[in-house]
Amino acid sequence: MTSLTPPATPPAVEVIGMTKRFGDLRALDDVSLTLAPGSFHAILGQNGAGKSTLVKCIMGYHRPDAGRLLVDGHEHVVVNPRQAHALGFGMVYQHFTLVPSMSAAENLILGRADLPAVIRWAEERARLEAFQRRMPFTLDLDRPVAGLAAGQKQKLEILKQLFLGRRVLILDEPTSVLTPDEADQVLGILRELTAENRLSVLIITHKFREALAFAREVTVLRAGRRVGGGPVAGLSRPDLVRMMIGSAALAEPATRAARPGGAVALELETLTVRNDKGLLAVRDASGVVRAGEIVGVAGVSGNGQRELVEVLAGQREPESGAIRVRGEAYRRTRTDMRRHGVFVLTEEPLHNSCVRGMSVAENLAFRTFDEPANTRGGWLVSRRALRRQARSLIDAYGIRTQGPDTRLEALSGGNVQRTVLARELSGDVAVLIAQNPCAGLDVAATAEIRNRIMAARNAGAAVLLLSEDLDELLELADRIVVMFEGRFVYETPRDGADLHTIGHHMASHP
Amino acid sequence: MTELGWAGVLVAVAGGAVRVSTPYLFVSLGETLTEKSGRVNLGLEGTLVLGAMSAYGVAHLSGSPWLGVLVAGVAGAGFGLGHGAVCGLARVNDVAMGIALFLLGTGLAFYLGKPFIEPVAPRLPHLAFGAWSASPQVRAALDVSPLFVAGAVLAPVLRWALGNTKWGLVVRTVGDNSDAAKALGWPVSLVRTLATVAGGFLAGVGGSFLSLQYPGTWNEALSSGQGLMAIALVIFARWDPMACFYASLLFGGATALGPALQSVGVTTNYYLYGAAPYVLTLGLLVYSSSTRHTLVGAPSELTISR
Repeated sequence: MTSLTPPATPPAVEVIGMTKRFGDLRALDDVSLTLAPGSFHAILGQNGAGKSTLVKCIMGYHRPDAGRLLVDGHEHVVVNPRQAHALGFGMVYQHFTLVPSMSAAENLILGRADLPAVIRWAEERARLEAFQRRMPFTLDLDRPVAGLAAGQKQKLEILKQLFLGRRVLILDEPTSVLTPDEADQVLGILRELTAENRLSVLIITHKFREALAFAREVTVLRAGRRVGGGPVAGLSRPDLVRMMIGSAALAEPATRAARPGGAVALELETLTVRNDKGLLAVRDASGVVRAGEIVGVAGVSGNGQRELVEVLAGQREPESGAIRVRGEAYRRTRTDMRRHGVFVLTEEPLHNSCVRGMSVAENLAFRTFDEPANTRGGWLVSRRALRRQARSLIDAYGIRTQGPDTRLEALSGGNVQRTVLARELSGDVAVLIAQNPCAGLDVAATAEIRNRIMAARNAGAAVLLLSEDLDELLELADRIVVMFEGRFVYETPRDGADLHTIGHHMASHP
Repeated sequence: MTELGWAGVLVAVAGGAVRVSTPYLFVSLGETLTEKSGRVNLGLEGTLVLGAMSAYGVAHLSGSPWLGVLVAGVAGAGFGLGHGAVCGLARVNDVAMGIALFLLGTGLAFYLGKPFIEPVAPRLPHLAFGAWSASPQVRAALDVSPLFVAGAVLAPVLRWALGNTKWGLVVRTVGDNSDAAKALGWPVSLVRTLATVAGGFLAGVGGSFLSLQYPGTWNEALSSGQGLMAIALVIFARWDPMACFYASLLFGGATALGPALQSVGVTTNYYLYGAAPYVLTLGLLVYSSSTRHTLVGAPSELTISR
């Protein structure tokens, strides 16, 4: 009946020499850290640095190959999450583990170890409300979770962990789907709870700002090893960057060629689109993208970006409105895309714009397999020509693959992204639409892809870049518009763009 | 039989709705429970036919129709267990497995049921709610099966259980967000298997109604796709047990249309009216599907939702 007792103090946690191998890969190599009661500890690292592996070993999802876990000085072997829960450990994930069709109240009581066979809702409600009064924030318990904003969902996740009596909270990139304001709120609540010694927090992040502003200690991981850390007070952002990246040389930031404003290349006129549930996802969106210009679209995911890209890519029917490319109606067909030079980098390319079971060469040829150069007699596809085309693209874009005949699904995420990039950027690009092109990629691949997008712009392409990463937009875009609930609610030129103003517009109308 | 005239058609359709709806009701409630856990069992047509055969066989051999009902449920549960266990393995597609079970169930029932086509088994009793009426048609319409009453009680109970019991919440969590269920430490595969077993049990009982109550005989054309239509009905009912109950009545009424018209002397196009439930199924599926949006209310872990 942990949920009935008033909050106890969190235990002291010690992780010693944690090591985990996956085959030949040492995902985690002799990592130690301590969590004093009431501490706020951040784990920083690039993708693949071993952050998630570490916390999964602590939570019992992975069995470590070596290493010990001490809780209040006693050693524990945790082989499944239930045992971790019994020790007072709870985990909040990047993607919500709430059940969308259920109410907040239902979600809250779900995790109770002593959930009774028949739920007396009146009693449960009274208990939940009493519990909420002790919290620094309140939520409407009757709303289905599907109707909550991302920030509220994340608060509900935290509320759930506290309600379940968890005293050591592990959060895996908890702010990645939140606006800057929402992130500050959620992290502020956590900071408050740790200051009151009601909770210890271990947070995985790759955002330096959050680590420096909210955490008290930090551990930096690189390639599975602890490469630095300590009290945040003694560390600066450049220190952390150096530890995270190591000696690897970073590509120079993309250079922006000065260009005069070009002709209008892409034009949206009161475009309205419905989503899979039949609800309006894009509402009366109007705007233009000029040749040689990157227009960045900021917004929290789920505000219509996906549907907008799908319409432009010909994957979804718009409800009403018009799309014009270079002044002509754009019917979103293969013919029109080819005629006008429209190319698309969808998000999750392996899922949205590739066939995973087909070869790299075939995936590279989706736009060109029926062109005269790749056919015999005009209608028989020439495999030899496709391979030749693939080899030159593999070289030009540095795609790491065993050869053109390798199945695409055998490639790493970064190389799948390079394959799509090679296909979409090697043609005569007049309009480029890109959504989260660097999501999930490491720092080197990210820099390379941003450079290529900038190069396309410098060569005169009109680029519509939809991204959840504000830093990416501030680096690349000439203009930034904010998309909120399907509308373009704010626009600012690159000069004078302010992170916090943009953040406010991402959360609501001014 | 024509003393009520065209009103008699309505009475007969309404009575037919109650009489014929029971297998739809049991199969759709079972499938709702299974799909709420995030799994589709298309094999319920096979389970229904197998239930009908085993109920008839056991009732004939033992002399007890209620024992037949029980055995039909157990046979259905066994089929559910097979489906649940196989679908719990990695990379097994539940739709393909369901179709295999559908064929296996009907094939097995036809094979084992050959000796029971001729003999007569004792039928289940009726509850004569219409004893007050002098009209034989009203009396016939109100001769209600105890299984229908059981199903009519089960529908609100199931709905209540999904919202107010631990098991209801567990099943819905597993069906809506299996990652959440795993994070809570619940055995996703086991929950789905149990939900499939329970669904199979209900479908088996639904089958026993066909052979022991109405039409109350065993032959190979007994079900003629009612199990499949019941699965479609679950989609139309948006995974709500009470909506399943009403939709079952609607399908029952459609099925009773042909015989009802025949009873007032409309015998032309008899087979066309017999097709009413199939047309209804097709119509409802077309109506409830769209290229523009996904199904509202579908458990998100279902193969068809992902």
